Amino acid sequence: MYDFEYHKPSSIADAVKLLAADPEAKAISGGMTLLPALKHRLNKPSYVVDLSGIAELQGVRKEGGNIVIGALTRHYEIATHPQILAAIPALARMASTIGDTQVRNRGTLGGSMANNDPAADYPAAALALGATIITDRRSIPADAFFLGMFTTALEPDELVTAVSFPVPEKAGYAKMRNPASRYSMTGVFVAKGPSGVRVGVNGAGPCAFRQQEMEAALTANWSPDAVAKVKQAPDELNSDIHGSAEYRASLVTVMARRAVADAG
Amino acid sequence: MPQVTLTVNGKSHTVDVEGRTLLVELLREKLRLTGTHVGCDTSQCGACVVHMGGDSVKACTILAVQCEGAEIATIEGLAAADGTLHPMQEAFREYHALQCGFCTPGMVMSAIDLVKKHPSGLSEQEIRDGLEGNICRCTGYHNIVKAIAAAAEVMNGKRSELARAAE
Repeated sequence: MYDFEYHKPSSIADAVKLLAADPEAKAISGGMTLLPALKHRLNKPSYVVDLSGIAELQGVRKEGGNIVIGALTRHYEIATHPQILAAIPALARMASTIGDTQVRNRGTLGGSMANNDPAADYPAAALALGATIITDRRSIPADAFFLGMFTTALEPDELVTAVSFPVPEKAGYAKMRNPASRYSMTGVFVAKGPSGVRVGVNGAGPCAFRQQEMEAALTANWSPDAVAKVKQAPDELNSDIHGSAEYRASLVTVMARRAVADAG
Repeated sequence: MPQVTLTVNGKSHTVDVEGRTLLVELLREKLRLTGTHVGCDTSQCGACVVHMGGDSVKACTILAVQCEGAEIATIEGLAAADGTLHPMQEAFREYHALQCGFCTPGMVMSAIDLVKKHPSGLSEQEIRDGLEGNICRCTGYHNIVKAIAAAAEVMNGKRSELARAAE
């Protein structure tokens, strides 16, 4: 790992000022992705700006029909938080499947959203639940946030401060894990919420996406059988040593069926 | 050079580090606590697991500077001053839950966090799932699972499902 200057600001404003001062600066929260990348010398940041001391990024609260989760909330907290378990149990269950216990004890919601790893779990949930990503300067609907592989709508110095999830009537999640890395080969999050039925897919393509044919099928008939007949086209899906695009396409249908069964 | 003040096994230390110094490097190289091992150095194997504020974490994937003010517990801090082993260490000894022993410190630290977070008991499946972040290359998992089930009984003052099934 190359050395860097370490900063630990105590306010969002100070963190943004540091990030804006140098394009090579990087924000860190749990560090579950950034530190492995730094060890491989894939990044050479000038500053590492530790967000963990910023109280404004903490906390889980109910705001009307939404659960608003602070960016620094760790996966373990999301998996076990009574308010989240009561309002969006599928989101808590999903968080309990991220990485391993030690990763869940460190990794954060905001970090995962901002990183937008193709195999990350939260982007599919954010798309399916119709979440809004709240930053230090604006609110971005999930549909406009995830732009491509490791790419989001965030400006280089912009910070995710919280994510607001509308409480759905029903939601479910299922994924096929790579047997070695345990990352999602394909995961599907389904939700019936205030903005209708939405289906988010992760792991299959370079970026999480919505499966609109499945949304239409589930709108007409909310049942596992309704999505079992919908085929995902393999075009533009990932193909690698772990599975072909055609295999991942078939997994989209299988995981969607299981996710609807999970939602009940 | 940055400085970090943290508590390790109940004792406060103030140490000069680099920004890039990892917690595991601080423990092993600065404090000479070499019971915490480095296996993969890529946050997969769990040989470096320690507790930070009571939660199990991988010390190879935390910067030392991120531990300012933190309470760290390592394998060296588990046994009592008179050498009496922690119930988890005792169970690992009793059930021969190790072969080469390299993964053992991380296994023990993960197992203690797992038991503490399941005060009403642990099923065999929960133990196996809870060890997802710890790899044993001697393929010794079976006795590790038995040891954790036995230690959970002692730590929680209850008998686990697995121990009941074994009787």
